[in-house]
Amino acid sequence: MTSVSNTQCSSVRFEAAGRLVLSEARLAWRSPRGLAFGVGLPLGMLVLFGELPRFKQHPAGLGGLSRFAAEVPVLAAFVIAALALLVLAGPLTSYRELGILRRMSITPVRPVWLLAAQLVVNLAVALIALIVLFGVAVAAFGVAAPKDPGALVLSLALCACALFALGLFIAAVAPNSGTLVAIEAGSFFPLIFLAGLWVPVQEMPTALQDTSNYTALGAAVQAAQDAMEGTFPPARPLLVMAGWAVVFGLAAWRFFRWE
Amino acid sequence: MTTNPAASGRGRPVVQVDHLRKVYGETVAVDDVSLTVAEGEIFGVLGPNGAGKTTTVECVTGLRRPDGGSVRVLGLDPQCQAAQLHQLVGAQLQFSAHPDKLRVGEVLDLYRSFYRRPADLTELIEGLGLAGKLRTYYRSLSGGQKQRLSIALALIGSPRVAVLDEMTSGLDPQARRDTWDLVESLRGRGVTILLVTHFMEEAERLCDRLALIDRGRIVATDTPAGLADRVKGGKLVRFTPSGPFDDRLLLDLPEVRSLERNARRAVVTGIGDLVNAVILTLAAAGVTAHEVELGTSSLEDAFVELTGRHAQPAGASR
Repeated sequence: MTSVSNTQCSSVRFEAAGRLVLSEARLAWRSPRGLAFGVGLPLGMLVLFGELPRFKQHPAGLGGLSRFAAEVPVLAAFVIAALALLVLAGPLTSYRELGILRRMSITPVRPVWLLAAQLVVNLAVALIALIVLFGVAVAAFGVAAPKDPGALVLSLALCACALFALGLFIAAVAPNSGTLVAIEAGSFFPLIFLAGLWVPVQEMPTALQDTSNYTALGAAVQAAQDAMEGTFPPARPLLVMAGWAVVFGLAAWRFFRWE
Repeated sequence: MTTNPAASGRGRPVVQVDHLRKVYGETVAVDDVSLTVAEGEIFGVLGPNGAGKTTTVECVTGLRRPDGGSVRVLGLDPQCQAAQLHQLVGAQLQFSAHPDKLRVGEVLDLYRSFYRRPADLTELIEGLGLAGKLRTYYRSLSGGQKQRLSIALALIGSPRVAVLDEMTSGLDPQARRDTWDLVESLRGRGVTILLVTHFMEEAERLCDRLALIDRGRIVATDTPAGLADRVKGGKLVRFTPSGPFDDRLLLDLPEVRSLERNARRAVVTGIGDLVNAVILTLAAAGVTAHEVELGTSSLEDAFVELTGRHAQPAGASR
């Protein structure tokens, strides 16, 4: 009897989790703003940069890499940051405002599952976008394939943990959808600048370079560039990302409001 | 009225609220509320704006943690045994929405997947008039359709107890009657229903028993008829007299308590065989009563008398 109801129980949970992911995926597909920011924009930039003569230069500071090759890890960081900071928090904040989290709290499924489903969908989109990004860079623009793919995966995975933790923290503290947009932009643009989207980190003044080293996104670009060139990244960028993940993850957990 | 299992002694208590107290900051939302709902009963919670009705049922569904007293639903503590409770209790909240870009059928399938014993979807959506709307986006639904979807979601897990908070507000009269039919059919299947309402007609039509709440306290708990009987003793006759008559003629009758007149009509309240007493006395004085209407004092009269306030206008909130 117990085993029967346990089996029944777990199959219900399995189906509920699947349905939640399915409905979040549908919503992402039907409001493609997120896909445009997180996938379309970085891929568009990749193609654009690939065509610009300036990006074919090999400046001295980049250790033999072309500007374009150095830009690929930045665009990878862009994908993760855009999904984590510009896309993830919006639905979660509106679910709170609309009372959806509250409504779910009186079903057998905890509202934290909805948050998890939202994370799963965005992480899946990030994964696909990153595969396409590196694929196109290597296949169409002659960038050398990552020499240490394991280290690249580790770097980007840590980057995702750090940035999605920050995104959840933003969703936790944003009082409403209006303020959320300001907080999102206010965190995304400085971080992506410090990661070297407009000016490579190596060409920044020392003070900005030092700041960049301690941001999760700057650390991610450094670690990913090392991995691309076949050097296992040093401990510092990895620890910086892990630190952001832990701090913002715990803060999000602590401060998340369900209604 | 349908048989009342509580009155016939068959129903065991399903919802037990004892000396419930809930405070928001300085505001005492619920001061001292005790009520017991028997199995298979439709129990109404009635009261003016801000009386604590919604807070009371939110403590029953586990949405809010009581500051004092105890709540048991099917023997479970809504705070500590929430997971078990939510398989057995379905609730419709006053304010809740769904993502604009999900279709009705998708929302129903999603919530259906949360429960071990989901309800028969076809029957549910037909009872609520949503059958043609399964492919419609949530944002394209009218207010009444959204309301009916929220009732459907409360019932989608085949709950043993359904908590419905202002379920028919925003519904047109036909949809309201259809919803009442659906709720009555649920009672027919033994579902216990806790209903928060401010519609007197709804309370009178559906509820086996009612608790009248005012300022966070229970003022009275009784059947709708029992509550109505508590005021004024009950009867009322309206008529148009064929000619003038002296007020004293009627006021002197032992059955008559009061007489009011406006331009054409006269309204007499009283007890006993009021109608015959009034008509025969008038006839003896050569006056005929035309367009006679009879009434008993209503639940609404009881509401006003017991709380000293008028019922909320339709569409009002907690």
